[in-house]
Amino acid sequence: MSDMQFPNENREDKPTTFDIVQQSLAKRRAAERRFRWYGLGGIALGLAFLILLFADIAAKGYTAFEQTQVKLDIFFDPAVLESSQAEDKEQALSRADYNSLLKNTLRELFPEARSRREKKDLYALISSGASFQLRKMVLQDNSLVGKTVSVWVPANDDVDMLFKGHIDRRVKQSDRRVNDRQLAWIDRLVAENRIEKHFNKAFFTSGDSREPELAGIRGAAMGSLFTLVGTFLLSFPIGVATAVYLEEFAPVNRLTDLIEVNINNLAAVPSIVFGLLGLAMFINFFGLPRSTPIVGCLVLTLMTLPTIIIAGRASLKSVPPSIREAALGMGASPLQTVFHHVLPLAMPGMLTGSIIGMARALGETAPLLMIGMVAFIVDIPHSFTEPSTVLPVQIYLWADSPERAFVERTSAAIMVLLIFLILMNGLAIYLRKRYERRW
Amino acid sequence: MPPSILLIVLLLLSYAGYQIGKRRSLASVDGKIRELHSLPGFYGLYSALWSIIPALIVTVVWLSLETAWVSGNVISTLPEEMRELSNSRLYLVLNDIKNVVNGVTVATQTDPVILEAAQHYKHLQQLSHILLSVVAITFSLAGIWFSSQRIDKNHRARNAVEKAMDVLMMICSTIAIFTTIGIVFSVLFESIRFFKAVPITDFLFGLEWSPQTAMRSDQVGSSGAFGAIPLFTGTLLVSLIAMLVAVPIGLMSAIYLSEFASPRFRATAKPTLEILAGIPTVVYGFFAALTVAPIIRQTGEYLGFSVSSESALAAGLVMGVMIIPFVSSLSDDVMNAVPQSLRDGAYALGATQAETIRQVIFPAALPGIVGSILLAVSRAIGETMILVMAAGLAANLTFNPFEAVTTVTVQIVTLLVGDQEFDSPKTLAAFALGLVLFIATLILNVFALYIVRKYREQYE
Repeated sequence: MSDMQFPNENREDKPTTFDIVQQSLAKRRAAERRFRWYGLGGIALGLAFLILLFADIAAKGYTAFEQTQVKLDIFFDPAVLESSQAEDKEQALSRADYNSLLKNTLRELFPEARSRREKKDLYALISSGASFQLRKMVLQDNSLVGKTVSVWVPANDDVDMLFKGHIDRRVKQSDRRVNDRQLAWIDRLVAENRIEKHFNKAFFTSGDSREPELAGIRGAAMGSLFTLVGTFLLSFPIGVATAVYLEEFAPVNRLTDLIEVNINNLAAVPSIVFGLLGLAMFINFFGLPRSTPIVGCLVLTLMTLPTIIIAGRASLKSVPPSIREAALGMGASPLQTVFHHVLPLAMPGMLTGSIIGMARALGETAPLLMIGMVAFIVDIPHSFTEPSTVLPVQIYLWADSPERAFVERTSAAIMVLLIFLILMNGLAIYLRKRYERRW
Repeated sequence: MPPSILLIVLLLLSYAGYQIGKRRSLASVDGKIRELHSLPGFYGLYSALWSIIPALIVTVVWLSLETAWVSGNVISTLPEEMRELSNSRLYLVLNDIKNVVNGVTVATQTDPVILEAAQHYKHLQQLSHILLSVVAITFSLAGIWFSSQRIDKNHRARNAVEKAMDVLMMICSTIAIFTTIGIVFSVLFESIRFFKAVPITDFLFGLEWSPQTAMRSDQVGSSGAFGAIPLFTGTLLVSLIAMLVAVPIGLMSAIYLSEFASPRFRATAKPTLEILAGIPTVVYGFFAALTVAPIIRQTGEYLGFSVSSESALAAGLVMGVMIIPFVSSLSDDVMNAVPQSLRDGAYALGATQAETIRQVIFPAALPGIVGSILLAVSRAIGETMILVMAAGLAANLTFNPFEAVTTVTVQIVTLLVGDQEFDSPKTLAAFALGLVLFIATLILNVFALYIVRKYREQYE
């Protein structure tokens, strides 16, 4: 565009609007671009944090899926296994001192360890759980007594850490958890192919332990399972009933108004307050047992109900009135209309809402700390009333442990938890996509 | 039989009731369904409901009274000197007994009196369960009998069943109210007990927080300080840092998503950002404590600051990341709700897209954005795990983000996790803090929801 098209009488005196706009245009366009970049930068930062978080956890945790093990040729010495003054053989085998079998084998392997200190260092190479492993083997197969068998036993967590490169062998001996003597022994084990990393089965099959190499997530996973199943069984029917009542049947009056406001507010109450409620009501007032999934699922039910109700109402709202009118016109009662026609159509939306609610409940920690699910529990729970812990709480407990080996186990447990969360959210998205319907 | 098996038996009985009711209705008209008032299934449901509801009510009432009755009975059989203990001590003894009963404590290691009491407790509990089973099953059978007596072709079973379902749904919907009442009562009562021991003014305006109380009354330094100001400042400091991270990033993302982004980009970026809000907070806590805090400390030392290993900055930064989606998603929704005509008007006047956003859309959406930020603030105040793991426990009255601070939620957790007595100010203080937290977040939420809702209605 040229200036000629816009004749202006006093062009010489002062700049026209057009000139001002022309002059500022470059600046404005730059501002526009900058603004766009800020926006994109915001999103990029958010996504970068997400990637950083996942990468950090994965980098810290992937090593936990392997565990260093040592191959020992164990002589199941009848003198050790059958000498105790028990009544029968079975009892003798179950009470025998399996630790000394391990010690004997280690001493044979490294005869140079003489002094008490040296022997102590030597025995420290092997996990204290190894003797339980031997005991289990013998109890399963009594014929092992008197034979020599090579067994892979878990190494101690410090050896494990050294082997995975988390302990630097160049550091001064006094600053290192594995001393020079032990290093030499480990190197010899390596030379003899007696030490290897194997898949860490214990991590998935055992409960919590003070020894990192024996600690697993099975107990916490079962606790999470019981808690979640209970939460779903309670919160889904109650949530659906509430949503149906409020959306389809409730008269508009003070009471229903109060209920609505209440539900919206409860959805935003901090979770730890629900923990206080659980502690004061369910444990102190009703006397339910502490640290159990049953109290956990009651608390989580109250916490997730608002989410489920709000999602349920939204999906009921999206069912067009014509469906209801047609059913009513055919002579169905209001209840039949809802249960035979409206609810099946709204069900996918309700399920999606509850799965998202369950995913949130799965990751919840704070209220469960209040009701005592932080206890150190080794046994794997089998019912709703047995003391147990849940995955996020297990992560919290392990994150507090000083041993280096717990860092990788914590990260690994986080990975397991995140996988479950992604699966649940994926299922919700799948359901939404599969059953999404536009009327 | 234990309550879980009783429940299964009751469910089976109610299924039997369903079948009986259905058969009976069909029999009453010789199989001619047209002559029945309701469909046969309704007669079945009618019987099933009569069979299970009264029995369930009895069971629930019985079980909720059982513990008190059994405990009272066990206490009355305890030796004289135990019965005269103070209430709190008695509670501990009772707890020991329960632990033995539940198999938490190994029986061989406990004192014989407790062991005997535990035996008695177990015996009474079994007796109670047997009685309960008999009573509940009687109720169930009586319900089936009663309902089947009433079934004939003119009986309005459908109306009765629908009425019952209506009532059932209504009861379900009042659970939200009961939850709120439960929260208020449970924190209020304990807080009142706390304020009897510690004056409310000391709690709200005191500058020192050291919740140590003596186990014995003659112990030195037995009185703790319960001034909550350091906790409030700590909470505010961390929330402020979190908001400084979340608000700019969240707002810019929201603007880009709602105004600039292509539909395809938006469809992937928005849910991906929302993953941040779905990650469990323990994971953030672990990340803050093990990755972010050391980085901050090293950078701080490099620049010559002294940074403590647990700092408000680390916790706040990570919490800010967690909160980004709360700001971005809600603001995005609000900006999307601004009518297109406003944008078109601005473009027609020659404004660039950025100018339109800054001068038209942003002001129009401002109330909603403020509402979303307030919701994010209330989320930050109530957040627990990140702070427990990364912010520290030291109740410093400071605004220095490099120092460790403690917050209301962290103190609630530390006061209540572990062994505790429920009549020392130390544990009761947690409930007082809970009350403050509940009130603060409630006010923020109500205000935020009010703003968001009021604004949204403007264009509808």
